[in-house]
Amino acid sequence: MANATEEAKAAMLRAIGAPSIESLFAQIPEDHRFRGTLDLPPQLASEVALKRHMLGLLKKNQDCEQSLSFLGSGIWQHHVPAIVDEVVGRTEFLTSVWGTPSSDHGRNQAWFEFCSMMGELVGLEFVGLPVYSWGCAIGNAVRMASRLNGRREVLVPAGMDPERLDVLRQYCQPAGTQGHVAVTTVAYEPATGLLDLADLATKLSPTIAAVYIENPGSFGVVEPRSAEIGRLAHAMGAEFIVGVDPISLGVLAPPADYGADIVVGTIQTLGAHMAAGGGAGGFIASRDEERYAREYPTLNISIAPTDRPGEHGFALSLAHQSSYGMREEGKDWTGNSVYLTTIGCAAYMALMGPAGFAEIGEVITQRSHHAAKVLCGVPGVRIMFPSGFFKEFLVNFDGTGKSVEAINAALRARGIFGGRDLSADFPALGQSALYAVTEIHTAEDIARLAAALEEIVA
Amino acid sequence: MTDATPREVQQARWHEPVVMALGAAGRRGITFATPEPEVAAIGSAATLLPGAMRRKTRPALPEMTEHDTLRHYVRLSQQVLGMVGISLFGTCTMKYNPRVSEALGLRPQLAELHPLQHPSTLQGMLEIVWNFEQVLKALSGMDRFTFQAAGGADAAYTHVCVTRGWLESRGELGVRDEIVTSIQAHPCNPATAAAGGFKVVSLPLEEGGYPSIAALRAAIGPRTAALMINNPDDMGIYNPQMREWVRLVKEAGALAFYDHANFNGVMGKIRARDLGFDACMFMLHKTFGGPKGGGGPATGAYGCTEELARFLPKPMVNKTPSGFTLDVPPHSVGKVREFMGNLHIVMRAYAWARGMGAAGIHEASDLSVLANNYMEKGLLAIRGVTKSHPDIGGPRMEMTRYSLGTLKEETGVGVGDVANRMTDFGVDAPWLAHEPWHFPEPFTPEAGELWSKEDIDTWVAVVAQVCAEAYADPARVTGAPHNAAIGKVQGEGCEDPARWATTWRAYLRKHGAVAQQQAAE
Repeated sequence: MANATEEAKAAMLRAIGAPSIESLFAQIPEDHRFRGTLDLPPQLASEVALKRHMLGLLKKNQDCEQSLSFLGSGIWQHHVPAIVDEVVGRTEFLTSVWGTPSSDHGRNQAWFEFCSMMGELVGLEFVGLPVYSWGCAIGNAVRMASRLNGRREVLVPAGMDPERLDVLRQYCQPAGTQGHVAVTTVAYEPATGLLDLADLATKLSPTIAAVYIENPGSFGVVEPRSAEIGRLAHAMGAEFIVGVDPISLGVLAPPADYGADIVVGTIQTLGAHMAAGGGAGGFIASRDEERYAREYPTLNISIAPTDRPGEHGFALSLAHQSSYGMREEGKDWTGNSVYLTTIGCAAYMALMGPAGFAEIGEVITQRSHHAAKVLCGVPGVRIMFPSGFFKEFLVNFDGTGKSVEAINAALRARGIFGGRDLSADFPALGQSALYAVTEIHTAEDIARLAAALEEIVA
Repeated sequence: MTDATPREVQQARWHEPVVMALGAAGRRGITFATPEPEVAAIGSAATLLPGAMRRKTRPALPEMTEHDTLRHYVRLSQQVLGMVGISLFGTCTMKYNPRVSEALGLRPQLAELHPLQHPSTLQGMLEIVWNFEQVLKALSGMDRFTFQAAGGADAAYTHVCVTRGWLESRGELGVRDEIVTSIQAHPCNPATAAAGGFKVVSLPLEEGGYPSIAALRAAIGPRTAALMINNPDDMGIYNPQMREWVRLVKEAGALAFYDHANFNGVMGKIRARDLGFDACMFMLHKTFGGPKGGGGPATGAYGCTEELARFLPKPMVNKTPSGFTLDVPPHSVGKVREFMGNLHIVMRAYAWARGMGAAGIHEASDLSVLANNYMEKGLLAIRGVTKSHPDIGGPRMEMTRYSLGTLKEETGVGVGDVANRMTDFGVDAPWLAHEPWHFPEPFTPEAGELWSKEDIDTWVAVVAQVCAEAYADPARVTGAPHNAAIGKVQGEGCEDPARWATTWRAYLRKHGAVAQQQAAE
């Protein structure tokens, strides 16, 4: 601390004309003051000591680089290109706070580029700056839909990821509060994992604010009847909201093509480290229509001319409708989000280009399907929804007579993190685990997993 | 001693096109290995994915090499002032972000952790979370903390959720449906209250610079669910009646939540629990040394009493004889965001607290209040500058709100012009004020414990120089910036549906002719 020297303190006190630093706290009544000793652990003043302490703690973790991990379900292990780390580590990006459109021009441009490239992937023209997470983006989008049509019920897949569903329920508020939106689940077909359209038809009515689906769905399966679901929703005047993992959009259709009104999804897969969940981030996009734009709770950044002919910059758009502009009358609330992650995602998308997205989509599809096929060969193991999935698939262990918990414990002992155990959240699926296979997994990794499973279930 | 004379600096000006206009067909930035023969044998995505759902046309993304992509984003970074110059951005507490923590954050033992790993494989991470919780407990007197909220506003939202859980357990949900705050509280307080289903009652400021006890008494009653309040406020005024406020609110049967956004000046000096509060919030990306990152990833640490802890979001980290565990509180309100929060920011905050120690944290609040009052002497000596509540004497806390209302009246130059001109000197624009503006042409600097006396002197000298220019040569100021990466952005079109464009494809549709002309030039 630069002013911790006695000289600096004395000079500043002299200039103020105050007798002591303590005298500057005169506003705080004595009976508010804490006069005890702060019970904090001892100071580690040197970088050497601090680093040693922190590394000592961190090394108690077992990470997904040293282990072989098949965990997904909302955060996925993808390759993070080296330049992404350099870009987000740049001191200028790391330390910027707000600035002016001119003095922080480069950051604003990177944000606009993120929105532009995301717009290309999802096929839409209006993209807000990201929000905290995919689940939060769903919550914001459902609230947007409810404000647009004044309806108070949303239909979501019963197979939706439990974490995202919990967040959505929070955003929709409990019954008995003003503004509550009911969250109703639509069953999935037991044979395919796809949305049960008969159940959807039963639950759809002119009181439904929005229908929400995901591609791929939380069980990994891509919904082939997405366009039909969209038509059914629109026929009832409901908004059609689609959630995506954008890393799939080199091979999967942009949601705008099958009728999505609002698209949400994760940004973590676009070059953000998992960081124990710290890589989470979400986005919201729609057609560039005023009725949608005026419901965004996000910060939005627009390209705009400058006072120099032929030059452009970037400025906030529709800021007044946020809570910064209108406090409790604003759209939901706006604050810090994941704007540094956003810059890394921009660099990632630029690096990938159309060919990179096509290639990674192809590779992930092939590797995950190959893995599913190999695991099928393990006695007692079954793939629940064996066709049409991307990256994730459900592995059922009922035939082994063992629980996912026991199998995952045995895998852990072999340095492998098995798929997410779904047996508690989805009892109807029996002893099932959700396995994620990405571009980082090799045939050898899958062979190792299969061999370990064969040993364990034997 | 560094010379404080203002010197203009030229920011990098790369004329860097939007990335969408860069690259050339066929170039690649990254490739992925062709799968092994046994993998490829499975078939192609065209056969493995439903036909109706396959992408027909490639996304119109740029096609660039790795080298060109890196250069583009490095150039953009050079057109960001950030904290390379001097940034006294008030209400955000600009701190140095120790780079040792940034380096630690890239270690696989943190970067490559999956949040759903078995807790036995996350013991180091959970220990950091638990250790840091003990730090915040000591600083606040609260019993438990959760780090799930992804920012300060999200922590305020967490309080709204916990309040609902608490009301529901008492059969008062829907009965107590009002949340009381002050017009000076950060907008996230009323906004999250409203988004959580509560009516908002905002108390106006009165003579002392804060709402009166009488106004509070009139506002609270059987419909009050909670008070959400900050103290000191962004003008540097500390409400000395806060103990009585909390007593009255609790007497009325409501919860008292302390938005500790402005904690930097009172760290170690007061504790929320001692004042009677049920809950509080700290911002780890602000007070505890996490990087700003242009606005997150961030962490709002939400703390509360044991009574409220049973409603906290799931999961919570507990310490047991056999290690750290993840548990669901008995009446958990569920989730406010997926997983456990931005734990990589918690790691940085814990490292910061260990680097500072108790004495260091105490001294930091001393220095931040000292610096602010020192700065005030310099700023008030400048013609055209006044401070908020000019009649309230005595020292302010860690920041003070100023007004350029006089300057505007006398010269026509407003605070936005001044901010733009300040950046010509390598000084980041100051925070102005949240809505509503109580004083005309406001600005709110905060020196904190980071910036040296010389930095503060330079900053004040820049304000003095720009204000002097406003009187002598106002066009020099209103025409600013002169040295930034680009000229002054004309943002009027950003509010016009026919002209705003948040993506390149919208820009091409709405401004195609302009874009073509620029490309031709």
